[in-house]
Amino acid sequence: MNRQEADQRIVFEDVSKFYGEVLGVNRVNLSIPAGITSLVGPNGSGKTTLLNLMTGLIRPTRGRITVLGISPDEPERLFRKVGYCTQFDSFPKGLTGYQFIYSYLRLFGLEHRAADRLTGQAIERVNLAEAAHRRIAGYSKGMRQRIKLAQTLCHQPSALVLDEPLNGLDPLIRAETIALFRSLAQEGLTVIISSHVLHEVDAISDQVVLLSNGYVVAEGQIHGVREEIHEQPMQILIRCNKPGDLASLVFQQDSVVEARIHPEGHSLLVKTRDADRFYLLLNRLAQGGINIESVAPADDDVLSVYEYLIGTEEPTK
Amino acid sequence: MSTGRLPWALWRAQILAILRLEMKKTFVHRLWIYLLAFAPVLLYAFHSFVQLKNGRQGDLGEDTHIFAAVFQFFFLRLAIFFGCVGIFMNLFRGEVVDKSLHFYFLAPLRREVLVVGKFLSGLLAAVLIFGASTLLQFAAIYWYFSSNTVQEYLFHGHGVEHLAAYLGVTLLACVGYGSVFLAAGLLFRNPLIPTVVVLVWEAVNGFLPEVLQKISVIFYLKSLCPVGIPAAAIGLGRGNPLALIAVNPAPASPATAILGLLVLSVVVLALSSVRVRRMQIDYGAD
Repeated sequence: MNRQEADQRIVFEDVSKFYGEVLGVNRVNLSIPAGITSLVGPNGSGKTTLLNLMTGLIRPTRGRITVLGISPDEPERLFRKVGYCTQFDSFPKGLTGYQFIYSYLRLFGLEHRAADRLTGQAIERVNLAEAAHRRIAGYSKGMRQRIKLAQTLCHQPSALVLDEPLNGLDPLIRAETIALFRSLAQEGLTVIISSHVLHEVDAISDQVVLLSNGYVVAEGQIHGVREEIHEQPMQILIRCNKPGDLASLVFQQDSVVEARIHPEGHSLLVKTRDADRFYLLLNRLAQGGINIESVAPADDDVLSVYEYLIGTEEPTK
Repeated sequence: MSTGRLPWALWRAQILAILRLEMKKTFVHRLWIYLLAFAPVLLYAFHSFVQLKNGRQGDLGEDTHIFAAVFQFFFLRLAIFFGCVGIFMNLFRGEVVDKSLHFYFLAPLRREVLVVGKFLSGLLAAVLIFGASTLLQFAAIYWYFSSNTVQEYLFHGHGVEHLAAYLGVTLLACVGYGSVFLAAGLLFRNPLIPTVVVLVWEAVNGFLPEVLQKISVIFYLKSLCPVGIPAAAIGLGRGNPLALIAVNPAPASPATAILGLLVLSVVVLALSSVRVRRMQIDYGAD
């Protein structure tokens, strides 16, 4: 990777972090591009440790980290480009939502007018305008989460690091927040999200990093990660008019290990060790009188990949 | 990087932003500091009230010695000392306990600038509280004298000079103890340990070899106090070793004392900055 590429990515080179003798993360090598990347793993897998390492709140025991070309040891440069929404649910005492964001922006050296304008924009963006001048101590969990998001966004950073950002949000705000993350990623921002809610991760991520016990188990686009799991046959769901006929045909293929007709009678679930060959076969079968309505991978999602790789330590589905 | 290219304007703006945030926190929620600071004022006001009732029979010279003794034994060694413990030790330690220090660590702020900003906010609060107390003490102790006597003392004696010196010593005490307790708050989880260690060190300062005496705050402050306390005034004979607590047999010159204290504070703050630069947010461990 050349210097210019590294300046646009978040790069971990052989990073380990130990808390005394307790392992935080071990030998992590990652190169995270722009777009939405989710860190997924059970509690204690090292998600927050990775986020704290990339923002300099903790230091690696070994290895090197750069965030958009900047070392986390230089907060004065790093946080002009990065916003971090931590899991800490605590705030400087006595501040209103407005004061919290405004004070943070004044720490950038901004003058009153600029800080005031950016504060207003950030608070609007998370729909907290009505509560802006109330003390944070009186906010609900969801409102506190949103004011932290406003703080993360207020200085218009190039990278967002979000530790469980959807915690405590009601379904409507959750949907709006996910839409906000998507729009930010489309604007070219690097968005790192740690989450244990797999269906949300599945819905928003361009790529995932799966963690277990401090190790990166897999990383990349979810489809690619799934394809790398050779020991688990790919599951493909086919809707067609003759699932019984199709089942007898596909069983003749060596790579097919299981074919099951769905109880409602219009679909066939096939497990195959060679998905590419199977798709080619389906093209031929479609020309032979079986009317195939749709074909879709059935286990090419974060939940399935998580279960295959991490197994029983299940986070929230 | 040459000093000319350093972003002084940015640092100044950031320090002002820190001051705005910290001042409110520093002034409220610490009633005991006010009680400690203003206790001598109440004492002197009562003393003046009694003297007025008794027909102004006091002695200005004697009151000057009483003021000097209370200033050295109570105000410097206890009130300002513990006041600085309360204000400065909490600048970082308090935020670790409240789990809110990350607010600053997530801003584009040099950690050294954060140390300076927090120190100045503590210093401003301490100087305003203890400076106001020194002024009020001075007014309260001489309140019962006639205006002619007070004017004579202030403008033809050494009154104004003494007041200025006491205010200066108050300021320097806040600088010295402030820097020490800011550093202690970074190094220790339990504030009791450094408080006791520094208290004992400052108390036995007079009995230490000359070189060690200079690694303390009280050595320089005693040298700058404008009125010496006669050992007899505190009930100790000339040969009594305890008199060393009050008397400084080899005081530093004012310039050396001021410079020594400032150098001591700058060194402590520089070491604190290094510590904060390496600091990690690990609230779980606290």
